[in-house]
Amino acid sequence: MVRMVNVCKAYENGTKALKGITAEIKDGEFVFLVGPSGSGKSTIIKLLTGEIAPTLGSIIVNGYDLETIKPAQMPFLRRTLGVVFQDFRLIDKKNVYDNVAFAMHAVGASSRDIKRRVPYVLELVGLDTKTRRKPNELSGGEQQRVAIARALVNNPQLIIADEPTGNLDPARSLEIMTLLERINKLGTTVLVVTHEKELVNRFSKRVIAIDNGKLISDGMDGYYNYET
Amino acid sequence: MRRNRYSYFLKEGVNSIFTHGFMSFASVSIIVACLIIMGSFTLLTINVQSMIKKWESENQMLAFVDEAFTGDQAKELEKELKAIPNVADAKFVSKDEALKSYLSQFGDNDLFKGIDSSVLRHRYIVYLKEIGKMAESKKNLEAVKGIVKVNAHLEISQGFVTITRIVSTVSIIIIVILLVISMFIMSNTIKLTTFDRREEIAIMKMVGATNAFIRWPFVFEGLILGFVGALIAFLLQWAIYYFLVMEINKSSTMKLIETVPFGQLALPLLGIFVATGLIVGAGGSLTVIRKYLNV
Repeated sequence: MVRMVNVCKAYENGTKALKGITAEIKDGEFVFLVGPSGSGKSTIIKLLTGEIAPTLGSIIVNGYDLETIKPAQMPFLRRTLGVVFQDFRLIDKKNVYDNVAFAMHAVGASSRDIKRRVPYVLELVGLDTKTRRKPNELSGGEQQRVAIARALVNNPQLIIADEPTGNLDPARSLEIMTLLERINKLGTTVLVVTHEKELVNRFSKRVIAIDNGKLISDGMDGYYNYET
Repeated sequence: MRRNRYSYFLKEGVNSIFTHGFMSFASVSIIVACLIIMGSFTLLTINVQSMIKKWESENQMLAFVDEAFTGDQAKELEKELKAIPNVADAKFVSKDEALKSYLSQFGDNDLFKGIDSSVLRHRYIVYLKEIGKMAESKKNLEAVKGIVKVNAHLEISQGFVTITRIVSTVSIIIIVILLVISMFIMSNTIKLTTFDRREEIAIMKMVGATNAFIRWPFVFEGLILGFVGALIAFLLQWAIYYFLVMEINKSSTMKLIETVPFGQLALPLLGIFVATGLIVGAGGSLTVIRKYLNV
């Protein structure tokens, strides 16, 4: 669950990225966060993952209050999240299996659990036949599916996908979005940050639109209706 | 569970050495180069100091016995002389032995032809423990009843003291400077290898890895690289030293230089190399990744 109340963020250079955002995402929801470039979407992601702290307002993510969270607790907050990036951020020198397994090693999972869970997740994202390939031997869509598998492997409560289709063609984008929808149906909350109007409109999901650091619409109609 | 984690860290550290082959090679090469430069200078210093010590020990004073003393009476002074503080040894030389020594050195000179040993005095060759205290020892020797004169090269003793002081001070300064420069170069090389992997660290942080989890493989990697670098440096240092000693012994002019056998230096040198390698390897990794852990 995510709750943001009157969240403001001003950077050191004076840029006011967020100006009083209030929103809530309940467990099990699938939400699109949309808005033009520079609207504050990335700032929201950074706030939710604890990379930066808000200037004002309160944020609660999966039970962690980001206003009062201690640095030592940060890894434990992040274990409740699965983050997918536009540029995949895979480790080039590790193969598909190890890229996913290392996220489990990082949280101290046992070898037995890793051997059981990783093949399951790779099968879920359709990469069970390419476990020994290195990222550079895969297509963009496949690399993104590895990133999703890595985000999913620790069974997070919330998956945050930051422009997950930004580097993909329309067919691969649709595949990825369908995969995220499938994961959501299995019970994981999904927040997808995007500015791809057609893709958003194709899925009937909740859409939160922001512009210039302000929330301008929050609709359940599943339509990206804000013109920039 | 805990053992599992450490074996994972070790495995990751070893894997990383091979996957980042070039940077690992660069780190080891820098460690080897720095240790050899430092080691060579240390060995040079040790040899110079050992030579000075040897020359010091060979430096002697002559204590002349009263002419009125018979040979037996003169010999009886030996115990008393040896009991003087700072006297390492006192060797009795009779008038006849002294004459023989003169003749063997200056026999060709007309001045010494037909000379009788009675014109000479019984004497003692006195060796000192510390050459720096020569003046004080001379006074103590002169105070012994039966000793009428002591010949000592005080200016040489002072010279040795000055040289030893200069060599020790300069060596310490140069070794410290070399150590600091080596540390700087090595930590910069490690910084480069870590910079190459800041993205990897950021990903680890994002999936919820603790700082300790991120740090350990780097520490193992640094320890292994430092250890390997130290061993290679030690073997090369050994080979260089062996080659130089062989060349010195071959040369007729340089043969006079007495070198310290490597066997005497091997263990302490290996210890210093390994300790420096490990500290620089692990310490360098730790210092540098701290910067990337604040994500």
